[in-house]
Amino acid sequence: MASGEIMFKISGLSHYYNQGQENQVAALADINLEIKRGEFVTVIGTNGSGKSTLAKHLNALLLPSKGRVLVKDMDTRDAGRLWDIRQTVGMVFQNPDNQIVATTVEEDVAFGPENLGIPPAEIRRRVDEVLAVVDMEEFRQAAPHLLSGGQKQRVAIAGVIAMRPECVVLDEPTAMLDPSGREEVMATVLKLNREEGITVVHITHYMEETVWSDRVLVMDAGRIILAGEPKEIFSRVEEIKAIGLDVPQVTDLAARLQRDGYPLPAGILTVEEMVKELCQLG
Amino acid sequence: MSIRVEHLTHIYMPNTPMESLALDDVSLEIEDGEFVGLIGQTGSGKSTLIQHFNDLLKPTSGKVIVDGIDLGHKGTSLKEVRRRVGLVFQYPEHQLFEETVFADIAYGPRNMGLAGEELEVRVQEAMEMVGIDYATLKDRSPFDLSGGQMRRVAMAGVLAMKPKILVLDEPTAGLDPRGREEILQQIKELHRRFGLTVVLVSHSMEDVARLADRLLVMHRGKLVLTGTTREVFARAEYLRQLGLGVPQVTELARRLREHYGTMRVDILTVEEAHQAISAFLRQKRGKVHA
Repeated sequence: MASGEIMFKISGLSHYYNQGQENQVAALADINLEIKRGEFVTVIGTNGSGKSTLAKHLNALLLPSKGRVLVKDMDTRDAGRLWDIRQTVGMVFQNPDNQIVATTVEEDVAFGPENLGIPPAEIRRRVDEVLAVVDMEEFRQAAPHLLSGGQKQRVAIAGVIAMRPECVVLDEPTAMLDPSGREEVMATVLKLNREEGITVVHITHYMEETVWSDRVLVMDAGRIILAGEPKEIFSRVEEIKAIGLDVPQVTDLAARLQRDGYPLPAGILTVEEMVKELCQLG
Repeated sequence: MSIRVEHLTHIYMPNTPMESLALDDVSLEIEDGEFVGLIGQTGSGKSTLIQHFNDLLKPTSGKVIVDGIDLGHKGTSLKEVRRRVGLVFQYPEHQLFEETVFADIAYGPRNMGLAGEELEVRVQEAMEMVGIDYATLKDRSPFDLSGGQMRRVAMAGVLAMKPKILVLDEPTAGLDPRGREEILQQIKELHRRFGLTVVLVSHSMEDVARLADRLLVMHRGKLVLTGTTREVFARAEYLRQLGLGVPQVTELARRLREHYGTMRVDILTVEEAHQAISAFLRQKRGKVHA
């Protein structure tokens, strides 16, 4: 594969917190992983499994204790490339309130590009463009603190993509949102990937949010223990449950009906699929 | 112990340009021993409402009556009301502050004047109620614990006041599935074994479907729907208009009903769906073979 098609190449990555001290903890243990340009990867795992630690290595917020993280051809340990790495990989975090800095939506979105020293006319253009992408144009003059959680998170995403990153890493962006907020944000993330061609790494606890991804990585105790398409992963209901994760309700239901002897295919994830399969049975 | 809310209206920052109507003429009753789920979009008024239950917020107009006591009445002992109505906020572990788990949980009862053995017993009981081991954890720093354990320590701090009503605002937010399940089981136990009246505020339709007997649905400051959990989730269309939804299995049953008129639709849990769909598939097969 040509190196231009690889977004991240991670080899032998380990990360220790409190390194060298009595309470040293291995948060990541020998991770090997490649993520292709344009891929939509979802990372799931319990609290403390290493998901966020891994995410922070993707734009050099953390540096490897051992091993190497390459962003395109840039080594995250190369301090000279830090600026390029951060511009290539944007991050969105869990709590939208901690990510908003300005008093109107458009000023907030313009904050990043302004710091990059981009000319005002270009900033204007970008702000208009990214607010359209996240479907927040009508709120351009609104005060961010008066928006709903889902809207705030979309503004945060707009602020990140206004910097024109090639990849966006989202660390539990829906954890604090209500169901419609979660849907809004997931629709936006999907659009970034499918329409804008941005590589997406999405970290979540919500299994139903993995449905659209090309690949799901399951982490446990600092390692990637399963990787595959959503369907493959969720056909392994028992393994997933054993490490303390959950599967969508219909996936669970399908597994129970399979055990009863009904010939349902493995890895049913959505209500639509389940309805279709059940209608064909009998 | 019951809560009665009569025509409660709450306006934030009244008579300023920032004035906003957070609660609009809300009336409701929560009976002794109930397990009630409170759902609604972010900003619908849920958190504002529950802060009236122990007088953290005062009504702009209307009344809140806890156990027959009108909170707005002069001379009402708010200390007593606050002890009886335990409020567990979102991310309660952010409020931990003491050096040890014991000291953190003991903080409330100590302020009530408890000391010595009585205080120890109180802390021990509260830790048992949330399923964390007294002997191994009491001297640990709360900040060295896992997220799920920290949250339980915070809950124990509320339970150590021996409340009769426990109000929890998104108690599972930010926890992984196992952590969520553990907290929910604990809450269920508190209701079942200790008879606490529980008000659970949640964004998870799956969680309230499994646990609550009755639901209150808020939208833009108004209480727009109340009924048994089954009754409320039968209104899938309406809930969707409110930006809410129904559990995935409830939606599945509804969709099957469109194809097969005999399918039950009042499904709330995976177990119920399993039973109903098995019955439905047997019936379907029977018809084919007949």
